[in-house]
Amino acid sequence: MTELLQQLINGLALGSILALIALGYTMVYGILRFINFAHGDVFMLGAFAGFYLAPKIALVLPLPSIAGALAVMIIAMAICAALGVLIERFAYRPLRQQPKLTMLITAIGVSLFLENTGQFVFGANPKKFPQLLPAYPLPQLGGLSFNSNQIVVIAVTALLMIGLRFIVLKTRMGRAMRAVSFNPEAAALMGVNTNVVISFTFALGSALAAAAGILFAMNYPSIDPLMGILPGLKAFVAAVLGGIGNLPGAALGGVIIGVTETLVSGYVSSTYRDAIAFAVLILILLVKPSGLLGKKEVDKV
Amino acid sequence: MSALLQLDKATIRFGGLTAVSELDLQVGCNELVGLIGPNGAGKTTAFNLITGVYQPTAGGIAFDGSSIVGRKPCQITARGIARTFQNIRLFSSLSVFDNVRAVFHLHLRGDVRQALWRGRAFEREEKSIADRVMELLEIFQLGRFRHEPARSLSYGDQRRLEIVRALAAQPKLLLLDEPAAGMNSTEKVELTRLIRFIREKFSIAVLLVEHDMQLVMGICERLVVLDYGLKIAEGTPEEIRQNPKVIAAYLGE
Amino acid sequence: MNLRHAKTVLLGAIALSLVASLFSRHISGYPLFVAYNIGISLIMAVSLNLINGYTGQFSLGHAGFMAVGAYSSAVITNHFGDLNVFAANAVFTFALLAGGLAAALAGLLVGVPTLRLRGDYLAIVTLGFGEIIRVILQNMEAVGGARGLSVTHGWTNLFWTFGLAAVTVYVVAALVNSTYGRGFIAVRDDEVAAEAMGINSTKYKVTAFAVGAFFAGIAGGLYAHAIQFLTPNGFGFMLSIAYVVMVILGGMGNTIGVILAAILLTLLPEGLRMLADIEHLPGIAGSRPLSWVENTRMIIYSLLLIVLMLTRPQGLFTLRRRSR
Repeated sequence: MTELLQQLINGLALGSILALIALGYTMVYGILRFINFAHGDVFMLGAFAGFYLAPKIALVLPLPSIAGALAVMIIAMAICAALGVLIERFAYRPLRQQPKLTMLITAIGVSLFLENTGQFVFGANPKKFPQLLPAYPLPQLGGLSFNSNQIVVIAVTALLMIGLRFIVLKTRMGRAMRAVSFNPEAAALMGVNTNVVISFTFALGSALAAAAGILFAMNYPSIDPLMGILPGLKAFVAAVLGGIGNLPGAALGGVIIGVTETLVSGYVSSTYRDAIAFAVLILILLVKPSGLLGKKEVDKV
Repeated sequence: MSALLQLDKATIRFGGLTAVSELDLQVGCNELVGLIGPNGAGKTTAFNLITGVYQPTAGGIAFDGSSIVGRKPCQITARGIARTFQNIRLFSSLSVFDNVRAVFHLHLRGDVRQALWRGRAFEREEKSIADRVMELLEIFQLGRFRHEPARSLSYGDQRRLEIVRALAAQPKLLLLDEPAAGMNSTEKVELTRLIRFIREKFSIAVLLVEHDMQLVMGICERLVVLDYGLKIAEGTPEEIRQNPKVIAAYLGE
Repeated sequence: MNLRHAKTVLLGAIALSLVASLFSRHISGYPLFVAYNIGISLIMAVSLNLINGYTGQFSLGHAGFMAVGAYSSAVITNHFGDLNVFAANAVFTFALLAGGLAAALAGLLVGVPTLRLRGDYLAIVTLGFGEIIRVILQNMEAVGGARGLSVTHGWTNLFWTFGLAAVTVYVVAALVNSTYGRGFIAVRDDEVAAEAMGINSTKYKVTAFAVGAFFAGIAGGLYAHAIQFLTPNGFGFMLSIAYVVMVILGGMGNTIGVILAAILLTLLPEGLRMLADIEHLPGIAGSRPLSWVENTRMIIYSLLLIVLMLTRPQGLFTLRRRSR
């Protein structure tokens, strides 16, 4: 029983990370009907940003510490947000009138570029991510040993999601985002600057991916330039599972995939771990393509 | 003679919206029937039902004696119904010639293996098809464009090409969805002549959806009027012209 | 495209490759590998072009089909010891065919569920299938699992490679340039209209996948018997993307362009290698950490993709204007 609980917590932590990445996918898809293939690599860059920032921050703030960790995370999120905006501006925006396939291919190109330049610049070998938070030994509850890092992941994710919800529901920009995702032409006619909204969406999604990268690296301190590939794909599956374009769906999808993967890995076989997400994807696309919380899109003839 | 196309209380619902409700519609062999009604009345939806794009929620649709409910669009076309679209849907990257030629696969007697082996039988059949394609194109004065990509044609020519393409399927019933949309009066006169010509030369039935009243009244033998998915009137153009329900539907009450 | 002399060209190409093969009996080592690579890439790119280019089904899992063919054919030929020339060629023919058919079966398994999917979804799902194949192979101890599979016989030669490449080009070109074959492009251009014109889009899509996968399987068999060692990671989606780049660069649905692109992009890393004069490494990029040559090649590829999409999405070798 305690074993199960342990696995569930692990799964929830993993699911939180996937959820953060999935939110970025789903937001961009909601606004542009486009899958940003390069999103997983922003996750990777967030981790690397943290890696290179940590020693610099350590000169000013004590590390490991909460303040230091916060500083690293926030700056890394800012850097990746800027990067996301840049990518959109120069690689995707010129192609908005082109068929969707062109954008998809470009996104693949951006993804490959980030991964391979990363390998070139950072080196292909894994690096050890520095400790940002002091490890608090938690009291053993009935034989369970908790890692304080996992609690941090879940807690920070929850906080970020609350923040996101606030932005989307309560701010002007959030309303504009929802309007554009509903009907871009109408939104533009209503005076919404779609370009700004799109840039903001990319910034937001990239910031969340960066946060996910840092949280991930805090838990699994080995980072390498290809680390974003699998989590990126799994997070995409999570977004589809929840209903692509649907924010709570992305969060739900992330948690489901994270928990499922951890449970299967723990109880059935760890070697099939990576295939789980893809099997789920194929299943959901066959059974309910609009996802758990998504709406059906009718094709007008 | 029983009708070529027979809709029996055909109904389709999309969630809460009933787009077409209990439609009884007949088209006899070689008849020229018009389907009219205000915007959103369900005319294109009716077309989509007939061609198998949508499956009816209730009711029956029969063609040439047998039911076509549940059949896929490509099967229905093989049985003898061809259509054009409201927004022109040509095969944009194919040439004018190939747009028509692609449809001739319906009449292929050889199969895929012939295409690979490329024996004399294959070459003969391809030549025969090429001749028939050119014949069709020439009838409609599109022959000189045969190698042009379909999308480079003028609007009017594209509309004509779509009709030619539909005819390549050798249908018994031709569905034309707003063929006069975007045309000027000269082109509309030409279109009227064209539709009459097609009906004569190919002895097919035509079901026409159109907004241009003059064109519709001038050419159709019988009219069916839809409003909000329901049939509100049926009769000759004269009868329909004077029908108060039809007038009300169009003027809005 | 006029294919009146296609069969003559095909026979000529096969004869040529036979001659080349006989002459190359005494050459060995690296340049031969590059030649094999060109032929294999040709088969992969042209077969992928049928699925992606002509039928418009954007598949990102082509390497998976190659893997199925590679492993299947290897498992068969590994059963045999030393054989004389005739027996060896007979067995090889059988093994290659079996690999192709196995891959075609995989193609059906991928093609059928993906029928209703659009561009981006389809791409991800096919990528997923490719990954599933890789993971399955990784867990199949019977074929060596993650440690890899040794291939006993290095039976690939120039005749087989370029002969089969010629056959692939012929089949795809002959298929597409017929009244029947126009249906593929019709399905790509407008599936709804194609259906309305009596074209069974399901049949065409599934056919494209099956035929495309078949030839990928053949390419896999050739690859297996050239390099003589297979690992599941060598068939990851990086490899699929390498072939997708060839199709895009050549112009989707432009067989000649794709052939040129395949040759160009296979020779590109060789050019890089010559610049650096590094010890030769056979093989195509997989998911393992890349040497700097492979690394640079991928950076160039990715920039190429981006720049190409921004400036000339119809490919380098297509004469048409920018589409739509």
